[in-house]
Parts: sequence; structure tokens; C-alpha cells
Amino acid sequence: MAEVTTVKVQAPPRELEREPLVLNNRGLGWISDKIAGIAEGKTPRWWWPAFIISATVMTGMFCCIAYLFSTGIGVWGLNQPVGWAWDITNFVFWIGIGHAGTLISAVLFLLRQRWRTSINRAAEAMTLFAVACAGIFPLIHVGRVWLAWWLFPIPNANSIWPQFRSPLLWDVFAVSTYGTVSLLFWYVGLVPDLATMRDRAVTKVRKFAYGLFALGWTGSNRHWRNYEKAYLLLAGISTPLVLSVHSIVSFDFAVSQVPGWHTTIFPPYFVAGAIFSGFGMVLTLLIPLRSICGLQDVITIRHVELMGKVVLATGSIVGYAYGMEFFIAWYGGNPYEKYAFMNRAFGPYWWAYWTMVSCNVICPQLFWFKKVRTNVVIVFIISIFVNIGMWFERFVIIVTSLHRDYLPSSWSYFKPTWVDICTFIGSFGLFFTLFLLFMRFLPMIAIAEVKGVTTQADPHHPAGGAKGGGHH
Amino acid sequence: MATAPQTQTSTPVLTRTYGIIAEFDTPADAMHAAEKVRDAGFRKWDVHSPFPVHGMDAAMGLGNSKVGWFSFFGGMAGLTTGMLMIWFMNGFDYKIIVGGKPLFSPLYAFPVSYELTILFASFATLFGMFGLNRLPRLHHPLLRNKTFRQATHDKFYVVIETADPKYSATETRKLLESSGSKHIEMVEE
Repeated sequence: MAEVTTVKVQAPPRELEREPLVLNNRGLGWISDKIAGIAEGKTPRWWWPAFIISATVMTGMFCCIAYLFSTGIGVWGLNQPVGWAWDITNFVFWIGIGHAGTLISAVLFLLRQRWRTSINRAAEAMTLFAVACAGIFPLIHVGRVWLAWWLFPIPNANSIWPQFRSPLLWDVFAVSTYGTVSLLFWYVGLVPDLATMRDRAVTKVRKFAYGLFALGWTGSNRHWRNYEKAYLLLAGISTPLVLSVHSIVSFDFAVSQVPGWHTTIFPPYFVAGAIFSGFGMVLTLLIPLRSICGLQDVITIRHVELMGKVVLATGSIVGYAYGMEFFIAWYGGNPYEKYAFMNRAFGPYWWAYWTMVSCNVICPQLFWFKKVRTNVVIVFIISIFVNIGMWFERFVIIVTSLHRDYLPSSWSYFKPTWVDICTFIGSFGLFFTLFLLFMRFLPMIAIAEVKGVTTQADPHHPAGGAKGGGHH
Repeated sequence: MATAPQTQTSTPVLTRTYGIIAEFDTPADAMHAAEKVRDAGFRKWDVHSPFPVHGMDAAMGLGNSKVGWFSFFGGMAGLTTGMLMIWFMNGFDYKIIVGGKPLFSPLYAFPVSYELTILFASFATLFGMFGLNRLPRLHHPLLRNKTFRQATHDKFYVVIETADPKYSATETRKLLESSGSKHIEMVEE
């Protein structure tokens, strides 16, 4: 090049700049100070009461489980023909909640939705804890829990293997794979942040513990190169996984011959419902956290608004599925199917059905209004309704389909016992106990990833140090 | 693992030096320095940053990562394991006729094999990545250096090892100085 040209790199004009993902032009160091500071600082005063209540409620669940094991399944309210009730409802409820974490971490990553970086760590942690809660229920519902290992392909005394034609066995593999892969993905994302925690640590114990799990990470670019590729691949692997898990959960019902369960719409409808419920729970968790921990600059109103849009979209898909189920029940001409659906809406469980419709179909429609999406209090309230509605969805599908058998003499009405109720409430105790421990000891926002989406991190932006002769 | 802070001597006595580190404040500065080091033909060198810097791979002259091969073969191994396991258990070792259907069919074996494909591929990706990065390692000379702790915070470092054949105590330092680093330090082994 003969002539020397000095090209000044300028910030793009205001109208072309996207709304920044980290507000108030915070620097790179601020991000690690702020986020790591939450786990490093003194335990906030509200944390202990919250932890003690959660841990007590969790202990209540373990007592209920001990009672169940020692006495038998009869301590629950379920009986023929309602062989599945709150146990499987709770299982599907929790596993569905987990799906939002994987959606945020994997699917939004593949779609290059950079706003995901400030919520993905907490959402993935939520996934893990929700899967832990979910895993308890199928395990304890088998009755003789000491024989639960028969579900795994381990040779037993009679040399009989599991029957791989059963969707219930597919479920065992789907859920255990899901839990494992979610843990791996979460840990891979944590490694650079654990290194940050290690390098900031002041006590020997912290330095050792964070250092051990950081695996000697130095932020080397030769490492980042493999790391980013692995992260991309794990995102690519987790996407078909998350879609398959809830599809397989829906096979538990759809592959059977029970009217109300035997429908082909179940896999996509369950996946949409899972994402819907999961985003509801992410909002329920993060809206209080962002104000308690002062994270409004990282989890911005825009994040809340975008999650509201996802809730609106998936809620509408779920509403469409409810409508389509009814249409097919009529159009299919099968009298049993038709009866099952009429009974759902106008039978003895009408109150559950209409709770579900109001919470899942009507409530999220408020998110069409920007005023609603940007009002954190209203978003929080709607998110609670979404959680309630999605629990009822599973209850309606399971119990209303079972309580009317082919023989009217077997008909019954399921009522939960106190053990049912306490076990379910206790699972929230487990969930919140794990989440409180997580936010106390680990960076609850992906530090390295949030740094990566700021303008200071962009070598082609003036904030990132770009000066003249912009090339590469 | 970083242990006791080391006295920062610029003249290494008795201990071997691991390399020279140059600090930069912005990703753009580190990237321009990386381009210079790359063009000077160094082999044993690296750039350390708190997050992956977009475009740094090209600036360092690095090719595509090989992690994908691990994922691919892991996935294939998972699919094969699933199919073989189900054929062996339900179609060979303990035959149970269900509804007059064939003892084995890849269709009913698919959901479980699919999950195992994903499970094995994920583990292979994770272990492949750590293997390629020669991690975990519990000790690294850089991690004992106090300045270098900023590499996971908000600073960027270009590190050239003394083991590099092109390394020279004076020339290399000059190269890094000319690329605009305000803080250059030697790191001991």
C-alpha cells in the first residue's frame, strides 16, 4: 500500500446501535466484581431465613418419602383406576420446567440470541435442580423402590433384561441422559468463571476449591478455540436432546390406548408447554433476584420483556394445542375420545380444566402489551400463574383421563392425601435449597460470556480499542 | 493453582524463566500484538483473555478446532452401543415375544439408542476438549504470577515462552514493546 490512509473507526450512529446488553456502559472488570461479589461477599441477611425455610420444607418431603417407603403407596390418594396422580403430575411439571434452561443455553445460543448470556447460568442451574426434583417422583412411585434398579440394564437374579419396547424405559434413558448432559453443559460454561473466582479468592480454602474445579484454566486463546467449538457442539447436541426428552415423556401417555392420552399431537404440544412453564419459572426466580442482588444492569428490562415474548409465543402454541385436541376429538369420530374431552371440560374436574385454560391461555395474552411486558411486578405475577397453570395441565391430562374407566363401575374421583400435598410442596423446598446454595457459592451469571457481549470486548469497536485502519 | 505470591524480580536468579508476558488493556491492542507475534514466526506463544476474543484465532494463525471429531465418533459409539445392547438383551440373550412382533427392530430400539448417541457424544466432546487443551492441570507457571491473575478479570496478555526457538531476551521484549504493551514482565518456571 503506497498511500497511508488513516481511517478513524467510529462508533456506529445511535440509531443503528442495538440496545446494549449491559447497561450504563459498565467495564469488563465491573462485571466480574459485581457478579463474583455476590458469591464472595457477606451472606445477605435475607439468605438465612430463606435457606432455613426451604431446608425445613425439603426435610418434610424426605419424611413423607420415608413414610411412603415404610408403609406403601396406599398413603397417597391414588387408587384404581387413577393409578397415576400427583406423582407423575409432579414429575412432568418439574421436568418441563427444566426445559427452559436448556432452551436458553442451547437453542438461543445456536440462534445467536446474545441476550441469553445474562440469564443462561441461572436458568441452567434451575434445569439441574428441576431435574433433581423430577427424578424423585418416578423413583418413589414404583412402590417397591428397592427394586427400581430393574429399570436399568443391569443383569438381575432371574437374568431378565428390561423390555425396551416400553416408553417408560425410554423415559428412564431420556431423563437420565438429560440430567447428565445438562450437568456437563453447565460445568463447561462454569470453568472460565471458576478460574475468575480462583484468581480473586482471598482465603486458602476458596482458592483451593475454586482452583480444583477450574481445572487449571488460564484463559489461553488456544484453549478458548477448542472450548468455543466444544460449547457450540454441546449446544448442537443439547437441542435435539431437549426436544426428545419431553417428546419421550409425552410417549408415556401417547403410546398407551387411553382416550385423552392416545393422541399424536402430544410430542410438540408437550415440548411447547415445557418451554412455556420453564420460562415462567425463570421469570419467577430472576425477577426477585435481579432486584435483591442489584443486577438490573445485567438482567435488564429488555431481558424480562424478551422472556415475556417467549412466554406469549409458547403460551399461544399451548392454547392452540388445547383447541386442536378438542377439534380432533370431535372430528376423529371416536366416541370414547369425544367423551374424554367433554368430561375434561365439563365433568367433575371442570374446575381444574378451567384453571388451566385461564392460567395458560388467557393470562399470557396480556403480554401482547409492551406496558405489561416491561412491568416487572405484573410479569412476576403472570409467571406465577403460568407455573400454576402448567401444573394443572399435567393434572388434567393424567387424572381426568384415568378417572373414567371403560366400566362405569370402576369410576372414581381422585383426592390427594396430606402425604401427596406435603411431598409436592417439599419438592419446592429441595428446589429452592439447591438454588440458594448455588447463588451463594457460584457465579450465578456467566461472567466470561457477559463480558464477551459488551462493546468493550469487541476488537472492532472503539470501546474495545479499535483505532485506525480497521481491517482483519 | 496460584499459591503464595512471588516476589516480582525482573532479573531471574537461579530459577528458569518460563516466558515473557505483555499486558494489554483492550482486545484490539492484544489482537494487533498477536498479529505481529504471528508474523514474526513464533511457535510457543499464546494470548490470554477473560473471554474468547472474536477474530483472535485468525490473528494467531490458528486453524479450526478438532473437537468435532470427538463428538462424531462419540455419537457413533453411542448409537452402536444402544442398538447392540438392545438387540443382545431383548433379541438374543432373553427372548420375549411381545404381540407377535419381531424380536428386534431398529425402530423400537431407536429412542434409547438416540439418547445414548447424545450421551456419548457429549462426554466425548467434553473429554475431547479437555484432552486437546491438556487440561486438567493443577499447576502452571503463569498461575503463580500475581499480575497474570488479571487475565481472568479485564486484562489481555500475550505470552511468549523462552522455549520458543525464536525467543531472544532483548529482541522479543522489543517486539512486545513496539506493539504497545505498557507492562512487560518475565515469568519464572
